[in-house]
Amino acid sequence: MESVRFVLLRLLQSFFALLCIITLTFFLARLAPGGPFLDEKAVPEHLLEQMNKKYGFDKPLVVQYGLYLGQLIQGDLGPSLGNKGFTVNEVISEGLPVSFILGFVGLLIALVIGVPIGVFAAANRNTPVDYGLMTVAMIGICLPTFVIAPILGEIFALKLGWFDVAGWEGSTAWFLGAVTLGLYYSAYIARLTRGSMLDVLSQDFVRTARAKGLTPSKILFKHAFRGGITPVVAYLGPALAGLIGGSFVVETVFGIPGLGQHFIKAASNRDYTLINGTVTVFAILILIMNFLVDVLQAWLDPRTKTGN
Amino acid sequence: MISGIHQRESEAIEKGSSLGRDSWLRLRKNRLAMTSLWFFVTVVVICFLLPIFSFVPDPNVTFPELQSAPAFSTATSVDGIEVYYLFGSDHLGRDIFSRILYGGRVSLAVGFLATAVSLTIGVAYGALSGYIGGKVDAAMMRIVDILYALPFMIIVIILTTYFGNNLWLLFVCIGAVEWLTMARIVRGQVISLKNQEFVEAARSLGLSQWRIIFRHLIPNTIGPVIVYTTLTVPAVMRLEAILSFLGLGVQPPDASWGSLIKEGADRMASDPGLLVYPAIIFALTLFSLNFLGDGLRDALDPKSSKD
Repeated sequence: MESVRFVLLRLLQSFFALLCIITLTFFLARLAPGGPFLDEKAVPEHLLEQMNKKYGFDKPLVVQYGLYLGQLIQGDLGPSLGNKGFTVNEVISEGLPVSFILGFVGLLIALVIGVPIGVFAAANRNTPVDYGLMTVAMIGICLPTFVIAPILGEIFALKLGWFDVAGWEGSTAWFLGAVTLGLYYSAYIARLTRGSMLDVLSQDFVRTARAKGLTPSKILFKHAFRGGITPVVAYLGPALAGLIGGSFVVETVFGIPGLGQHFIKAASNRDYTLINGTVTVFAILILIMNFLVDVLQAWLDPRTKTGN
Repeated sequence: MISGIHQRESEAIEKGSSLGRDSWLRLRKNRLAMTSLWFFVTVVVICFLLPIFSFVPDPNVTFPELQSAPAFSTATSVDGIEVYYLFGSDHLGRDIFSRILYGGRVSLAVGFLATAVSLTIGVAYGALSGYIGGKVDAAMMRIVDILYALPFMIIVIILTTYFGNNLWLLFVCIGAVEWLTMARIVRGQVISLKNQEFVEAARSLGLSQWRIIFRHLIPNTIGPVIVYTTLTVPAVMRLEAILSFLGLGVQPPDASWGSLIKEGADRMASDPGLLVYPAIIFALTLFSLNFLGDGLRDALDPKSSKD
């Protein structure tokens, strides 16, 4: 019963957050100075009026907002103002799978590299191995994706020729992008894993396990790991949000036509409908991820449910 | 005679019990944190003071005939102006070293000011929420929970694109979205402090609620706040750099470390120095702040120390 309540509460919260972001982006876009048609030089007055009418910009703001929400519920994000002849739905359905693969592989790489390093460093705490690994991880955190990405591109694409320099279809450049994203978060995850594993390893039940004569590896993986991994799971939600931000950089550097590219382009073109559409999709992705993370965390550590 | 001894004793006790002094002594033993501290102070001083002196060339003066000069070289322009290139020059003949210094001013200023904004909002919000407690606290924290779920990077990008690439706005935007964790930390601290005797004493002395919050509770949360502030500065600087890298932050000819790295990345094949120098300075600065934050955490709260 308590679990059902917890899940429902979280769902409600996520929904409310989504509504907040949709409202915020909508009104920001409309209140901002300058319009989507102002860039096109010398548009005749009557034509401008006609265009505003066509896209519904002549109606009062609140009416526009209501119409927008109505369309949104039906899954219609409207025409893209910047990409003539395309709807926002088309642009997003083209970019989303690309970004999804990039982010998913990136997150996978981050976990596969980060968690073992963290566990290993915690198992060898305060040895040169530990210090060495943690210093490398700190360097990884301080070297931002926008430094790593061009350097990886230079070495592995241009010099060694193992990967393509840029592009998506039939191109291997996206893998370099995923590695770039993954490396940064693996450094974070490694530090996080080490810290929480050390916390768990200093607790009484671990001492008991040790006193019973269990092998160190059994203690590490059977007893401590579940507790030690919980903060890492909690971090996955924010990590995804960060990954989306990082993907803007990676998609720019490697010329990958993902959602991030479309968003940045839409932002600089003031393509209102596309901005609102991409932000809504980003927000839904992040909220779903946060929700899953919360549920997973409550399953791993039942104490989080009651908020203690 | 006896009173003299008492006085000396009480002096000794007072010295020993000062949190600031204790922490400083502990921090001083941490060589990594101290090196980081001095490095960071040096970077800040050089960035803000060195451009005042005339031997650093103006970062925006271009010498088309002096393109891509190597590091540690001296060159004379057609106008007879002698320039010493510590890190070489870029494709427009601008001195990379002085551009890094000027870019550093922008990056550091964004880091400091945005952190100050987030600090103000976060501390005030967290302290109020924790002190009032009850339903108000629950509601205020729900708001924080909901805000946590919003994609901030995206909001900042939207704000900067809609309201122009105004640097001041950028600080405020970043600061206004970075306060959530600070609010949570301060709230937790205030909740654990507000039922202690010294607060009760203040209350029974008839002090106003505001005075209790701002003079008695907030100063006692200083430890975790300092630690988190030290870690917020590099986070903000990263965010600014990403924005500038994407062309949404600082606009040319002005520079920040992010925009310099972007310029360097574009010309990496022909002139690696353009990327390497600003990237190293940027990374080392973030590195030092992170290590300083770790060191401060150990120094201010020895219990939570990692080992």
